Amino acid sequence: MKATLLTIVLAPLIAAAIAGLFGKRIGRAGAHWITILAVGLSFGLSAWVLWQSMTTTAVVFDDTIYTWMVSDGLSMEIGFLVDRLTALMMTVVTFVSWMVHIYTVGYMREDPGYQRFFSYIALFTFAMLMLVMANNFLQLFFGWEAVGLVSYLLIGFWYKKPTAIHANLKAFIVNRVGDFGFLLAIASIVYFTGSLNYGEVFAKSGALTAGRLEIFTGQLWPAITVTCILLFVGAMGKSAQIPLHVWLPDSMEGPTPISALIHAATMVTAGIFMVARMSPLYELSEVALSTVLLIGATTAFLMGLVGVVQNDIKRIIAYSTLSQLGYMFVALGASAYGAGIFHLMTHAFFKALLFLAAGSVIIGMHHEQDIRKMGGLRKYMPITYLTMLVGTLALIGFPGFAGFYSKDAIIEAVHLSTIPGHGIAYFAVLSGVFVTALYSFRLLFVVFHGKERFDDHTREHLKESPWVVTLPLILLAIPSVIIGALTVGPLLFGGWFGSSLQVLQNHDVLAELGHEFHGPMAMVTHGLQQWPVWLAAAGALTAWFLYVKRSDLPAVIAEKLSPLYRVLDRKYYFDEFNQQVFSQGAQQTGRLFWRIGDETIIDGSMVNGTAKAVGWFSGVIRGIQTGFLYHYAFAMVIGLAALLGWLILAG
Amino acid sequence: MIGLSHYLILSAILFSLAVAGIFLNRKNVIILLMCIELMLLAVNFNFVAYSRFLNDIDGQVFVFFILTVAAAEAAIGLAILVVLFRNRRSIDVDELDMMKG
Repeated sequence: MKATLLTIVLAPLIAAAIAGLFGKRIGRAGAHWITILAVGLSFGLSAWVLWQSMTTTAVVFDDTIYTWMVSDGLSMEIGFLVDRLTALMMTVVTFVSWMVHIYTVGYMREDPGYQRFFSYIALFTFAMLMLVMANNFLQLFFGWEAVGLVSYLLIGFWYKKPTAIHANLKAFIVNRVGDFGFLLAIASIVYFTGSLNYGEVFAKSGALTAGRLEIFTGQLWPAITVTCILLFVGAMGKSAQIPLHVWLPDSMEGPTPISALIHAATMVTAGIFMVARMSPLYELSEVALSTVLLIGATTAFLMGLVGVVQNDIKRIIAYSTLSQLGYMFVALGASAYGAGIFHLMTHAFFKALLFLAAGSVIIGMHHEQDIRKMGGLRKYMPITYLTMLVGTLALIGFPGFAGFYSKDAIIEAVHLSTIPGHGIAYFAVLSGVFVTALYSFRLLFVVFHGKERFDDHTREHLKESPWVVTLPLILLAIPSVIIGALTVGPLLFGGWFGSSLQVLQNHDVLAELGHEFHGPMAMVTHGLQQWPVWLAAAGALTAWFLYVKRSDLPAVIAEKLSPLYRVLDRKYYFDEFNQQVFSQGAQQTGRLFWRIGDETIIDGSMVNGTAKAVGWFSGVIRGIQTGFLYHYAFAMVIGLAALLGWLILAG
Repeated sequence: MIGLSHYLILSAILFSLAVAGIFLNRKNVIILLMCIELMLLAVNFNFVAYSRFLNDIDGQVFVFFILTVAAAEAAIGLAILVVLFRNRRSIDVDELDMMKG
């Protein structure tokens, strides 16, 4: 087992190193073959590990591989914890990554950085696997930072494009804010429990519950709440929750396969995975759960609304991702960890599918991303259209599709939850369903239906993408349809996760839901009598009415509701706020230190001050040096007289 | 009777005259040189007077040395003066301020 796990992790790393360091020697084909084979191997073995984990309820593997160092009893090591939660994540990550590798062969065909790209995404797979397979906080942090690094490299993949460089800097800086919280949380955990290992920390969680932290003088806060909220700050950065979400839409400057792999399916879900993994800690703090719930709900609703007014095909999907990540956090906040992970999995499939389909459209349109310049693509790109339709239906929660089960479970879980703030959260996720359907179908209708708004030159070259692009679409479309129905029973209600997710009795909304669960078919029929499905249908119908039937209306509505439209179009002024307050603030502080600290104090009075003092003194001395002989002689005589006088008087 | 103190007083007067000459003279470098010679002579006076008063011949030996050095110094000083005059067409002390900082 140990060898298998090591192979899973190291195969992508070795492939990344070969493709990156010897890219010229092995050529383009060599680079894609070696990485595709390595990630395929990882996927195969991950699937086998998942299969193994199904046969036993116990933890498959939890051991240290290598001890890096031991310092004062705190051992820092590399180790793997593989249970069903990990195995599921590993399989999802490697599968989506594999699909993206294959797709990239087509998408990046003409790019000069072909080998570099394959090296990066294989490296990403390695980092993400390290993250999900970690059995201690140090390795979790390593994976956390490593995926952040690869994300940075890939957003700025086209490093000659100024917007891409700004976007990757932004992503990196915003993530640093989150990571700061994460690091503080790890420090707090080490401080109270004296260990980095998950198992040991969970066993000693009593120390965290009993511990108090004095952050402001005179106010003692429960350590568990502070720690969990700080961990969540880390998750907010990586999983792009308000107010640290600003980097994700901009990350769309990177190549589309990356948007699908890193910024939709895997890396951004690291926060969800981490919170679920820490469920034994989160369960102990209702305040932390409530925070997660409210932030998630706010993001789910507000970011969905922004998606409605965007015009860049990838940005719409990016805002959709933000919104869906919000849903996952809502599930976690409501203690329905299973539902969160379930939505993570289904979302990984259909969101990767949507992004890759968008990429296929972008290839067809010759790297045009503005949906206002598309329209009527249905008959030119039938496979892309159909797979995107499948992805959209899965996203809005069409009964029977993957998204239906996961989203419905989340909404029901919030409905039953008793965590403070569940009322607002329920309202937000429910209205979110309408919004989701609205922007998803708006995208689909504007791009694939209606009249063609591109020029003849584009039309000549417009054709279905090659098989390397459409094959992953089809392979992702299949799970987008069926994975929900197949896994909803065991994953949510069958206690499938076993001991990986721990829920307190009085929080356990999924168990309560489980009493009403009678198989996936029954869930569909039950769902038809519930709000979400009809809200989704209403959203889709609204989109059809506004963008197909009366396509003149949206402009009129935007005109009529121009204040609201402007707020949405400017994305609630988050960027402006950050620009004005943090960016300008940092610059002003920097300028203050520069002007006063550096220029005035250090340069002015210390460096130049010394020179000035010497200059001033020499100026005084220079006055004495008249150049007239008799002055010198006079000085000599006076000196002699003074010396003699002193000798005589003192002697 | 002319005693030691008379010699010393004469020597002091000569020395003071020389010092005054150095400070008061604003025109001629030659006068400066002459004043320096005068100072040396004042010193020589002291040497000779004390030599006679203390019955010690050493003082008079010193006078010979000083006279020799003074002669050499006067020769060099005048030579420098000639070069200075050639270069600057002037030996006016007030104009010789090249060492001004």
